[in-house]
Amino acid sequence: MLKKRIIPCLDIKDGRTVKGVNFVNIRDAGDPVELGKQYAEQGADELVFLDITATNEGRKTFIELVKDIARNIDIPFTVGGGISSVEDVGPLLTSGADKISVNSSAVKNPELINELVTAYGSQCIVVAIDANLIDDEWIVHTHGGRKPTDKKLFDWAIEIERRGAGEILFTSMNNDGTKQGFAIEALRQLSEVVSIPIIASGGAGTMEHFTEAFNEGKADAALAASIFHFGEIPIPTLKSYLKEQNIPIR
Amino acid sequence: MKIAIIKYNAGNTQSVIFALNRLGIEPILTEDFEELKSADKVIFPGVGEASTTMKHLKELHLNELIPDLKQPVLGICLGMQLMCNHSEENDTDCLGIFDAPVVKFKSEDYKIPHMGWNNLVEADNELFRTLPDDHMYFVHSYYVPVSEYTIAKTDYINNFSAAIKKDNFYAVQFHPEKSGAQGAQILKNFIEL
Repeated sequence: MLKKRIIPCLDIKDGRTVKGVNFVNIRDAGDPVELGKQYAEQGADELVFLDITATNEGRKTFIELVKDIARNIDIPFTVGGGISSVEDVGPLLTSGADKISVNSSAVKNPELINELVTAYGSQCIVVAIDANLIDDEWIVHTHGGRKPTDKKLFDWAIEIERRGAGEILFTSMNNDGTKQGFAIEALRQLSEVVSIPIIASGGAGTMEHFTEAFNEGKADAALAASIFHFGEIPIPTLKSYLKEQNIPIR
Repeated sequence: MKIAIIKYNAGNTQSVIFALNRLGIEPILTEDFEELKSADKVIFPGVGEASTTMKHLKELHLNELIPDLKQPVLGICLGMQLMCNHSEENDTDCLGIFDAPVVKFKSEDYKIPHMGWNNLVEADNELFRTLPDDHMYFVHSYYVPVSEYTIAKTDYINNFSAAIKKDNFYAVQFHPEKSGAQGAQILKNFIEL
């Protein structure tokens, strides 16, 4: 049986993890390789590394880092941040990344999704959507959730699938950082309108929130950052809890 | 021991090299016929789309070489699919090592691609000796149905071939290079065949 996935997300700036971490037995919590390796050993099913570096110099560092991650970590990982062309993706995949994720650049130029799929195959193209619930409408935002667009979440998701992407990473900006739970109703609707896997993101605060995301939200995977980084919910604890809830977990 | 990885445009080549490095093995990456023929083991990686990839193999005449290899060969993911007769993915004729088709998952209820960790069922071959866990990482929309060649199955929508074997040819649908310690063990078992 296919298992639901738990995915820690690491923000990277100039080759270092950004958010503070609270790990015991880790030499350098700022080292994305060491941190990723620790998560993999704890049972993370995949990892996401998001490059928030804005400079060209930082981009080069990131590609080196991707190679270092691939050399040391034996589970799949996605990289994202600042990808805006087919040319940006080649070096990341040949360095060992399994999937890449695009966000604002796909909203700006949806044709980019088709180009990426044609060049590299749907299985490695993730489209991330940041959306905000405004007057009962889920509105897609870009630039880290700051800039509203004229796109609506469900229409955009259908378009993303039609253009061939392999997976959708949906972050509810309303829920992100609140620790009040994932956007369950939106997740459930997303699962109804598209048939590609959905990764839920934004709002994880308790282990029950993960149960809801999988059972009611029908999510295929759940992503979180701070609760893992700060050791609030250790991955092994989360996974054994979810197993007890009869959720298929590795 | 000489381990060769077939060099063409496969997306996961670097990951396979790194996985072997973690086992203390330095594979060679080559499209050279003599190098491939003289290797002790050959790995045929693959990620991408079937027809484009077959085209690349033909340009390098690897479609002629691969079926003739005599040492143990391990196909991974698309590599496995290309070792079969024909793929429904863009109606592609493949290498024909396995007299088996490659068909697309069809379901109203399940997500496609089949993406994530799933367990092996009835894994019965030396490739699967002493696995610490039977969960492997899969990413695919096409599959090889269960047949006389099947040496491990996985259940998604229906049972399909997670691994097949014929003579010196082995192939797995999942990614051992990305399947943690159990994936590493499968690579190790293959190397030690």
